[in-house]
Amino acid sequence: MSSSTNADEKKKESFNAEAASLLVNNLRATFASGTTRSYEWRASQLKALIKLCDAHEQQIIDALYSDLAKPPLETVAYEIAMFKNSCKAALKELKRWMTSEKVKTSIATFPSTAEIVSEPLGVVLVISAWNYPFLLSLEPVIGAIAAGNALVLKPSEIAPATSSLLAKLLGEYLDNSCIRVVEGAVDETSALLQQKWDKIFYTGNGRVGRIVMAAAAKHLTPVVLELGGKSPVVVDSNIDLKVATRRIIAGKWGCNNGQACVSPDYIITTKDYAPKLVDSLKAELEKFYGKNPLESKDLSRIVNSNHFGRLTKFLDDEKVSGKIVFGGEKDESKLRISPTILLDIPRNSLIMREEIFGPLLPIMTVDKLEESFDVINSGTKPLAAYLFTINNRLKEQFVMNISAGGLVVNDTALHLAVNTLPFGGVGESGVGAYHGKFSFDAFSHKKAVLYRSFLGDAPVRYPPYTNIKMRLLKALVGGGLLGIIRALFGLS
Amino acid sequence: MEINGEFLEETVRELRQYFRSGSTRSVTWRKNQLTALLDLVHKNEDAISESLYQDLGKHPVEAFRDEIGAIGKSATYSLSCVEKWMAPKKSDIPLLFFPAKGEVLAEPLGVVLIFSSWNFPIMLALDPLIGAIAAGNVVVIKPSEQAPACSSFLANTIPRYLDSNAIRVIEGGAAVSQQLLLHKWDKIFFTGSPRVARFVMSAAAKNLTPVTLELGGKCPAILDSLPNPSDFKLAVKRIVGGKWGPCSGQACIGIDYVLVEEKVSSHLVELLKKIIRRFYGDNPIESKVISRIVNKQNFTRLCNLLKDPLVAASIVHGGSVEEKHLFIEPTILLDPPLDADVMTEEIFGPLLPIITVNKIGESIEFINSRPKPLAIYAFTKDETLKRRILTETSSGSVTFNDTMVQFLCDTLPFGGVGQSGFGRYHGKYSFDTFSHEKAVMHRSLCLEIEPRYPPWSKFKLEFLRLAYKLNYFGLLLHILGLKRYK
Repeated sequence: MSSSTNADEKKKESFNAEAASLLVNNLRATFASGTTRSYEWRASQLKALIKLCDAHEQQIIDALYSDLAKPPLETVAYEIAMFKNSCKAALKELKRWMTSEKVKTSIATFPSTAEIVSEPLGVVLVISAWNYPFLLSLEPVIGAIAAGNALVLKPSEIAPATSSLLAKLLGEYLDNSCIRVVEGAVDETSALLQQKWDKIFYTGNGRVGRIVMAAAAKHLTPVVLELGGKSPVVVDSNIDLKVATRRIIAGKWGCNNGQACVSPDYIITTKDYAPKLVDSLKAELEKFYGKNPLESKDLSRIVNSNHFGRLTKFLDDEKVSGKIVFGGEKDESKLRISPTILLDIPRNSLIMREEIFGPLLPIMTVDKLEESFDVINSGTKPLAAYLFTINNRLKEQFVMNISAGGLVVNDTALHLAVNTLPFGGVGESGVGAYHGKFSFDAFSHKKAVLYRSFLGDAPVRYPPYTNIKMRLLKALVGGGLLGIIRALFGLS
Repeated sequence: MEINGEFLEETVRELRQYFRSGSTRSVTWRKNQLTALLDLVHKNEDAISESLYQDLGKHPVEAFRDEIGAIGKSATYSLSCVEKWMAPKKSDIPLLFFPAKGEVLAEPLGVVLIFSSWNFPIMLALDPLIGAIAAGNVVVIKPSEQAPACSSFLANTIPRYLDSNAIRVIEGGAAVSQQLLLHKWDKIFFTGSPRVARFVMSAAAKNLTPVTLELGGKCPAILDSLPNPSDFKLAVKRIVGGKWGPCSGQACIGIDYVLVEEKVSSHLVELLKKIIRRFYGDNPIESKVISRIVNKQNFTRLCNLLKDPLVAASIVHGGSVEEKHLFIEPTILLDPPLDADVMTEEIFGPLLPIITVNKIGESIEFINSRPKPLAIYAFTKDETLKRRILTETSSGSVTFNDTMVQFLCDTLPFGGVGQSGFGRYHGKYSFDTFSHEKAVMHRSLCLEIEPRYPPWSKFKLEFLRLAYKLNYFGLLLHILGLKRYK
């Protein structure tokens, strides 16, 4: 990986508000020219994205390995393959999505026809995150392109190799007059946020989410904020513990070593069941990652020393001392923390107050499993919540009473891969949703269109206003053919 | 009642507690509230009309057409659909995840805040309320203080019909609004001006509160030369109805200005004058059919628009004002200067600029060089022009050959884009705007896919590649060891 040269520094330095403004103006002009509107353009860009993946898979794997020590399989399966899938699905559905939707009209506007037309919002900004830096940059881009927008992508600087690669590859494969990548950190992002966008799509944390929304407010720009939260896993007894455990592990450590917005953050189970769960976790963890998980090549590392320090603080909290029942090993030089389980942690410990986003898994115990609902509802709404049970009543209660972006029963994280389900948060975990058609919709304006004719003008609409007109109007607006007939005959 | 910080804090706390109790979740509660709202409207038509007359000089027929009747229709529609809307929607799950079930379940957001504006003070408070109730939320309504009789009516009447544990009306001006915005809401629904909207959204950003902003803009009416004279006459009639009919031009989807080809402009002006006289008589102020201007501030603003000498020179009809009754007569301007305030700001009043172009197609560029409006109206039979307007302009909505009526259509989303706002409501969109669409996936603990789990291997990698492609046949071959992989 080449280090930043002076030329790179200069280029990054000069991206200030003025440069951002110029960029947006250029894109606006291109958008106004209509380039991005045609089906052909949108399809060509989506196809180019697929080609990009196929031709540069190894480079993508290498970049993600450089940024996160992400195991190649995770990159291929969860970043590249999932992304390609989305692209292909979008290509397959694009014509249908672009077709206007006919809607029924009522007697109140008779005679008329109506439809809803999807149109692009214009020039949009996508700000992506560092943990799935490839997927979270490009998945929203699919939606933006499919909906016919021009866009700027601002990848996360905390994953610099991927950021660099995206800038290079998007520059090579996509239409630069409509799609641009701006690399950088706080300064560049601030410069971008000062501009007027037609939509801002942000993936990241709540603190920056607030900054993005406040900046958007100045221009009345709608936003999608994909944030996070403490995604809980409620574990009932009487389940196939082995299967459940493996799925919890897959969702936790198998997803970027816990650094994923939908990773199981903490577990709630009964005091009685906890020891069984812990044993099962230990056994399966060893099968997955061997006896020395700190060295396992199948686990991502912690992204940087900042986050390493943040995670270490959780373990140093005196409220959790003595609660570590597995793991707890750290290697600062390699930015590695081994899969760690903590048992019976108090609700007011630091690790239970903030989103963990790492390989630490606290287990809270309760007397009765129903109490877990109160625990979850006393916190802010998470992006995901999980339940493992065979008890149908518990499933119903969980689905009805737990508010989260999305819920999965008897698995973790999988709903991300289903593009017929909207993926997004609620409350602190975010605003808006995407994936599949929801991505297309997120970047579209749904324009209502009503076609009226010159036949059939109801004089009731116009002054002079008379009693008869009032009666007729009531019948017309209130709906109901009978009412209208009666009014016409002076019977109401 | 003193609206201070403590009172508001207590109110929000009580509402949140009531929401947590789950009382607003049942379909029974929602239907009861919607029925009660219908009752409120039906039994208080006269009082509502009277309040609207007091605040805006609205004629009872206009009050019914634009507010009372519209609310009744909206509530009835929601009542008949709410159960259907509440039912989970099934989502198809790919075979790969078998056995699995997916659905999207709408749940209430929680405690919502509705700001309504003064021009349709009853409808713009109650229409969003219908959506909030249908979706199972608890609500605070903050009606506009610029329509005090209506605000008072709502504050006094709503508690008599609706569940006060769940629905509260808080009266007051900017200071009260500011205090309300200090609290954490699960949704804010705002109807009003872009200036205040920015303020509302900035406040909402502090708590990541989603917002719907129903704003306005300069809604143009494109009038093409219609070969059939009776069509042209009908179009002009509808334009008059769409300009001065709704609250004397003080409407977010009211016609702001007209675009017409130069060669028909004088015919248009003649027709407009004729129809205005027919609708409003020779002395419109005495007709009591047109609303008045809401207050002194707006009256002065509108008068000032006419004070610009070049604008005054473009008056071809009307122009007289009566300060005592805050009345401005229907006024037509022919080609006022495009850089005058009357053409750069949303008029929101009874002044109608007519802008002439050489060819009607130029209207499109004219509209596009300005902020996106809430509605575009186009009177034309030319299919090419219709298509061009649809694809080359952007607005909240487009209505062909009529004005205003799109707001009566429960199946069309009502909302803006760009400077005219974002988010939408009416019909099911109201329900959606106050809901969180929760994705739910059910899996079973039987039928495991081994390759999901580490330790990783080439076999597992290839498996996952094929899985993602939903290449079931390839997967089968792979599992049986019959496929070659890299």
